[in-house]
Amino acid sequence: MAVDLTEIRELFLEESFENIDIMESSLLDLEIGNVDNEFINTIFRAAHSIKGGAGIFNFEHIIHFAHAAETLLDEMRNGEHFVTQSLIDLLLSSVDVLRMMLSAVQEDTDYDVQEAQKCQEELHQASQENQEKKSLVEENVASPPTTLTKEPFKSIESQQSATIEPGIKNGWRILFKPDISMLTTGNDPINLFRELAHLGELEIKVDTNQLPTFLELDPRACYLSWELLVYGEIERIAIDEIFEWVEDECELHITNLASDIAEKSTLPSKEEQISEETAEDITLDAEKREESELERIKKIQLDNADKNLETTQKAELEKAEFDKSEIISAQEDIKKIVDLPVDKHSKDEEISPKKADKSTDSIEVDTFQIPSKETSETKDTTKHIHSTTIHGSEANSIRVGIDKVDSLINMVGELVITQSMLDQIGEHFDNLQINNLKDGLAQLERNTRELQENVMRIRMLPISYSFNRFPRLVHDLSTQLGKNVELKLSGEQTELDKTVLEKMNDPLVHLVRNALDHGIEMPEQRLAAGKSEIGLLHLHAFHQGGNIIIQISDDGAGFNVNRIREKAIQKKLLKSDEYPTNEQLYDFIFQPGFSTVEQVSDLSGRGVGMDVVRRNIRALGGTIEVKSQTGKGSIFSIRLPLTLAILDGQLVRVGQEIYILPLLSIIESLRVNPKLVNFLAGVAEVYRLREEYIPILRLYDIFDITSSTMQLEQGLLVIVEGDGQKIGLFVDELLSQQQIVIKSLESNYKKVEGISSATILGDGSVALILDVAGLIHLFHSRTKVLPTRPKSLLGVHYEQ
Amino acid sequence: MKMMDKILICDDSVSMRRMLKLTLNQANYQVTEAENGLNALELAKNDQFDLILTDVNMPKLDGLSLVRELRALPQYQFKPILLLTTESAPDKKKMAKAAGATGWLIKPFDPDKLLAAIRKVLR
Repeated sequence: MAVDLTEIRELFLEESFENIDIMESSLLDLEIGNVDNEFINTIFRAAHSIKGGAGIFNFEHIIHFAHAAETLLDEMRNGEHFVTQSLIDLLLSSVDVLRMMLSAVQEDTDYDVQEAQKCQEELHQASQENQEKKSLVEENVASPPTTLTKEPFKSIESQQSATIEPGIKNGWRILFKPDISMLTTGNDPINLFRELAHLGELEIKVDTNQLPTFLELDPRACYLSWELLVYGEIERIAIDEIFEWVEDECELHITNLASDIAEKSTLPSKEEQISEETAEDITLDAEKREESELERIKKIQLDNADKNLETTQKAELEKAEFDKSEIISAQEDIKKIVDLPVDKHSKDEEISPKKADKSTDSIEVDTFQIPSKETSETKDTTKHIHSTTIHGSEANSIRVGIDKVDSLINMVGELVITQSMLDQIGEHFDNLQINNLKDGLAQLERNTRELQENVMRIRMLPISYSFNRFPRLVHDLSTQLGKNVELKLSGEQTELDKTVLEKMNDPLVHLVRNALDHGIEMPEQRLAAGKSEIGLLHLHAFHQGGNIIIQISDDGAGFNVNRIREKAIQKKLLKSDEYPTNEQLYDFIFQPGFSTVEQVSDLSGRGVGMDVVRRNIRALGGTIEVKSQTGKGSIFSIRLPLTLAILDGQLVRVGQEIYILPLLSIIESLRVNPKLVNFLAGVAEVYRLREEYIPILRLYDIFDITSSTMQLEQGLLVIVEGDGQKIGLFVDELLSQQQIVIKSLESNYKKVEGISSATILGDGSVALILDVAGLIHLFHSRTKVLPTRPKSLLGVHYEQ
Repeated sequence: MKMMDKILICDDSVSMRRMLKLTLNQANYQVTEAENGLNALELAKNDQFDLILTDVNMPKLDGLSLVRELRALPQYQFKPILLLTTESAPDKKKMAKAAGATGWLIKPFDPDKLLAAIRKVLR
């Protein structure tokens, strides 16, 4: 039987990541010095669920780790620990480790075992310190409760059984006297006997001595006790397991038959007493099912010829075997899934105890770590962010609110009504009904539009999915930097396309880091500047004209315009006699490799610069702007399209073909003045537009089609921008602007350079959507002109 | 033919419930799911289950309270109720017993053990 465990595994991971977020946010809500059980309980439950789920798939490392965290939380819950900052930090880092482990499982990669171990040891230490404290108080009472033995001689016996060679003596004598109330916990002696009978030949003697008279009999009480003899090479543990759930509810003496002979003299009276009673008549059979069944089992042993029961037993055994084989195959599946990480971990685990033993080793590790502490902390935070990003981007299912699904169903209902209405009109159509037809079509159009909007809404997630990680990030970073920062989130319910949201994670994290790192000043600087000691970082999302705007604003130092200017001149992006506006200067921070002197050390090693931020945002069809005021703070505004599936397009015609340009990429379109066209080294045409030279790309040429005209002045030049460069596309004419539903070209055909995707127009024909950045790249590779920025053409003299 | 035994499983984790259901269905038990103690109690009142498997740490009504509530109902006075727990500490076991639980299964458990345990308490 094929068992789809992958689905359950996905579910487990999804659930666990949610639990991790819960743990994290609750940890941040904990107040120091205050034992708030509600929060701790929530955190505990989340850890507990992760552990439980991990158990299904034998993710041993996760189980152990979650258990360590759980132990500490349990103690906190019981008020054995004060909530301290260090405890919260420890738990927060254990949340990171769990997240890392889960991500590793999800992507089938390795995780940082050392870090996990370090954290786990810290967790152990934290709860151990507590144990030590406790044991100091309680003196030696708190010996580790490894065995659950009640009777002192039981453990001696198990030692004995271990020393006795298996096979020589076979069987156990069990004296079993249930408490009178045992039945009320749902435990039935019959079931225990049946289990024992599975182990080997069973002989049962019942003691009915305690049985009251019929009138006094309480049917809920258990008055019987038994002597059980089970024969065969049976391990003690198998017997213990059977009685595991009742050992606290009964008197239980288990002795090995081998040593029995020797012991017999020690317990003679009881023995004899019981065997005598066996002979007694049991008159209450009818009233007590247990007894009648007991008799049956007794008979099995007394009369081995009773084949009937033997076969039922066999059938049961076979059934068990069958179930087992199915389960084994399922287990193998699970093992296949988790093989690598588990194996790797178990190896590491083998090493760990040795490490702990050799104290010298651990000292070495410690001293090694001290100098690198600061860098490793920085790395930790980055890693945390990184791993969450991965988890976000890899999630390929969406949770959709019931309301959204309901409204879709409504919408479809309306569509069906409209359809049947049109159907009716069509059946008996005459000219008088033309108005009805028009109405019906208008309704159909409305339905279609609403349905489209609603289907799009399914892909929309509230931006809180992304914002919610920032409290943690800001907490960690501000502690690390020694700054006081208050984070304000607003508009978290603003919805954004899932893909857009996921791809925005990195840029947002970068901008927030920048704001904390370079924007907000140290407390003393802020006080000196007459500002509140606590810096404010505000993340705000809202709708504006069919776009989503995300603003990251801080009330920090703002940009140092002079330093940007110096840097731009130094990088030869600006001439020393040019004085651009502040806005133009801010734009330089988005240039690759551009950073003001102070930033260099902090930014290094992070791998993402503002140029990457802008590139990512542009790849999503968005834009980013900066406003800043020295001493007052800065605001980054990111403008994003609502969805990636629909874009506002400009239809353009080239010969017989219609192409679509994303409206966002168009800067302007103009009639060509032939006087302003220049030739650059004979390979490319450039158009001089207000002191800028813009390369001209003739679309008919690059797509090898016949155009209506080859004369530039007879067509139009559409100036577009992609990848930070501008280019003029020569087309025959501009057609309408409309919303375009994007169809992937790659999945239906193949990737074509210069074309991003396709769409189907109203008349059913296919139109290709142009990829501006791709076209620019194509143009450069054709003309062999190195990619240039328009600015760098400044000052080059061309012949008129 | 023997009627299929009806089992009520109660756990707030969807994946845990899925796994339990899968295992139990394969072993020919009829499974009903509950996502918290209150939910389980409602279901139990309106039906007659042969066995109840419940998680301990749950929102709304926790596992131990659920056991106590169930034991107060005449139809569940003697029914087997197993706790699914990750806590194996002795005092926790005592609490489980005091509440009236038949036994406990320590998570993680493998499907074999689960079925064996169930067979142990079902007739």
